[in-house]
Amino acid sequence: MTRRRPPLALLLPALLTVAGVLLPLAYLLIRALGAEGTELREIVFRPRNLELLANTLLLTGSTLITTTLVALPLAYLAARTDLRPRRALMLAGVLPLAIPGYVGAYAMLAASGPGGTIETLTGINWPGPTGFWGALGILTLFTFPYLFLNLHAALRAQDPALEDAARLLGRTPAQTFREVTLPYLRPAWLSGALLIALHVLGDFSVVSLMRYPTFSAAIYQQYTAAYDRVYSAWLALGLLLVTGAALLLEARLMRGLHLARVSPGGAREVRTTRLGRARPLAWAFVAALTGAALIVPLGTIGYWLRLETNPFAWASLWDALKSALGAAAIAAVTTTALAFPLAYIGSRAQGSLARFTERAAYLGYATPPLAFALALVFFSLKVAPPLYQTFPLLILAYTLHFVAEAVGPIRTSLSSATPRLEEAARLLGQTSRGALARVTLPLIRPGLLVSAAFVFLSVLKELPLTLLLAPIGFETLARNVWAYTEEAQYAAAAPYALALALSGAVLTLLILRREHRPAPRPPRPPKEQA
Amino acid sequence: MTPILQLDHLSKRYAPGHPPVVNDLNLSVSAGELLTLLGPSGCGKTTTLRLIAGLEQPDSGDVLIGGRNVTTPFAPPERRGVGLVFQDYALFPHLSVLGNVLFGLSHLPRAQRLPRARETLALVGLTVFESRRPHELSGGQQQRVALARALAPRPTLLLLDEPFSNLDAQLRHATRQEIRSILRAAGTTAILVTHDQEEALAFSDRIVLMRAGQAEQIGTPHDVYTQPRTAFVANFLGRSNLLSGTADRHMARTALGIIPLQEPRSGPVLVSVRPEHLRFTDDPAAPEVTIQAREFKGHDITYTVTLDGNRQELLVHGPSDDLRPEGSRARLSVTQPARPVQ
Repeated sequence: MTRRRPPLALLLPALLTVAGVLLPLAYLLIRALGAEGTELREIVFRPRNLELLANTLLLTGSTLITTTLVALPLAYLAARTDLRPRRALMLAGVLPLAIPGYVGAYAMLAASGPGGTIETLTGINWPGPTGFWGALGILTLFTFPYLFLNLHAALRAQDPALEDAARLLGRTPAQTFREVTLPYLRPAWLSGALLIALHVLGDFSVVSLMRYPTFSAAIYQQYTAAYDRVYSAWLALGLLLVTGAALLLEARLMRGLHLARVSPGGAREVRTTRLGRARPLAWAFVAALTGAALIVPLGTIGYWLRLETNPFAWASLWDALKSALGAAAIAAVTTTALAFPLAYIGSRAQGSLARFTERAAYLGYATPPLAFALALVFFSLKVAPPLYQTFPLLILAYTLHFVAEAVGPIRTSLSSATPRLEEAARLLGQTSRGALARVTLPLIRPGLLVSAAFVFLSVLKELPLTLLLAPIGFETLARNVWAYTEEAQYAAAAPYALALALSGAVLTLLILRREHRPAPRPPRPPKEQA
Repeated sequence: MTPILQLDHLSKRYAPGHPPVVNDLNLSVSAGELLTLLGPSGCGKTTTLRLIAGLEQPDSGDVLIGGRNVTTPFAPPERRGVGLVFQDYALFPHLSVLGNVLFGLSHLPRAQRLPRARETLALVGLTVFESRRPHELSGGQQQRVALARALAPRPTLLLLDEPFSNLDAQLRHATRQEIRSILRAAGTTAILVTHDQEEALAFSDRIVLMRAGQAEQIGTPHDVYTQPRTAFVANFLGRSNLLSGTADRHMARTALGIIPLQEPRSGPVLVSVRPEHLRFTDDPAAPEVTIQAREFKGHDITYTVTLDGNRQELLVHGPSDDLRPEGSRARLSVTQPARPVQ
């Protein structure tokens, strides 16, 4: 069978995506290298760079360890034990994703310290989170769901025959877990860990509030306070290098991992372990986690909400909500429109072209948003100054950054709209464009809607791109939580934080539904195999 | 001599209220024997295997391996000395072929592990593939790795759960013979689970025909085939014509006339007549049939015929040099004593 090249109309978006991400980054490089010789040497060999690098790596590595220590036991409890209700465990594992890191940091700060919620309600002076440990704790609590989702799905999908085989070859349950289950979980851990690493590397808000200097925190500080362009360009480059190294490391570790089920044949349901006397211990773990990641933040927001007495607060909330919803809606449409051709090529084309479009989509997602925003600031000021701090540029940034999020659901739905159906439409007299419009697009409408919803809710929570690129006076929920928290006006931040947590919860439940769909097998007693 | 395996009133149901999957099963297997559990889907054969392996716990009854009771107290799978070849092989995808085979040898002194693994791989003829990963092997090769992995620890008892069902017809035949001779050479006691009657007949010393969690009949392939105890056995193992009639000692009156019986009976009786024990004849006293369909199979022909009297359908094997057209008429005679069944 011959492979036809996809039409240029579809290829163009992929090329534009790559150009849209790479051109600003290239300009960032030019900008960074454009400094005078002595100035350059002074910047590159500043001892602070090493300190930032060490802090960034230490925080990323530590977060990977702590999130694993939280996510793995919880995923095991939800996937493999008789702890019930399972739905509650799933929610405990996923809902913290609803709380953006800066809202979590806000809540923890507002809960602790003198005059905080905890002291006022109980009289105990609970120290506020700060520095490395504060950043580590908050990032762990609100990013571990990325790992939880991956590990849980893998634990549910593992062929139980592998563990049975190990037992029959003389391994105890503990040895079986170590020698069979853990190696099997490696690819799931790697892809979840990459998401967390990208998140931690790109986060400036939590580390800034915790006063723990990393590359991202330093870029933000340079941008707002010092505004040394060359130095912030160098810092952004440093961040890009670390991110690139993380991507390469993950791809390297992932290579040659063929851990999908090797053999054909029907698989049994995974077996559940009876917890027995460990049950109270398991519940204590879940309760402590839920308390720290959900109840304390939401309780704190509720507490401060009652203290908000500004009569204009609700009117401002309404204004911020309107502009945030408007921007999110437009970005959802543009991003989904860009994601469709990328997903289409990714699922229909073969070989290097498909890989290229896939990478194009992930390029914008993997680029730390602060570095990307900075690059866009420099680029627009140089190439098209009227675009700087305009709404279209902001939407462009959202689109390029979130397109990867929209590609996934469209690709999944494209697998049900097979090329056979388009061929059938062609034989019935449709042009290739007509077949696309009358057969494929209607079939993948649910996927398009899910993609748009993902992007919509992600844009609502987005902070760094909004802070650096939004037009002056453009207020969003995220921007206001950030601004009031920086000023320690906890009551004023509360309404925005609540609105964000609620919209985040909707996104999270969407993810949860998608997570459940691929394995709709109802629980049933094991059956004889034919 | 103590049997290698003994099942004693073994019962298992998966949920209260559900019918038992294994129902009061008794069985004993002696050393070196190749035994087959044969039956239709859902008859409880795989569950029986999993009960023996310790992957399920019985509701009642006992499993004795080498005379040791492993159900009360319950011995976990790793302490039973039982090997299992899974239907889908369950090879560890993160380990090489050699790593898979070495996996079960950790109880051996370090110096003996590698020689033992290589020796077992040589037995299945896969030494050259030892550094490959499972996904780089063909289905038949994966199958043999699974066998080597299960055999390497020298289990007292080897269980095989439909091990040939994922292989294509030709490979299945060859692998079956090969594995049978490997097991014979190693002197291994083995239990095979299958729903393929041809496989059961060719592979085993004894067959256990299972139905609804119980052993319907146990015996050598020859005995079970020639002397089925029930109509179910007669039909599941090979094809059979079942005729009702009235018996008087060694003869029975049926729609095919008066035919001899293998065993004396009296009163109403159901008899099984194999298709190869029916023959077309010119005897004018024989009952008349109409040929409905013809299946040419090379070495012989299977005819589907209907009896003129009661319109009952019968299967007849005829030699391939005696072609009879569909729709033609003929007469039938019985060449061997029929088997009374329940």
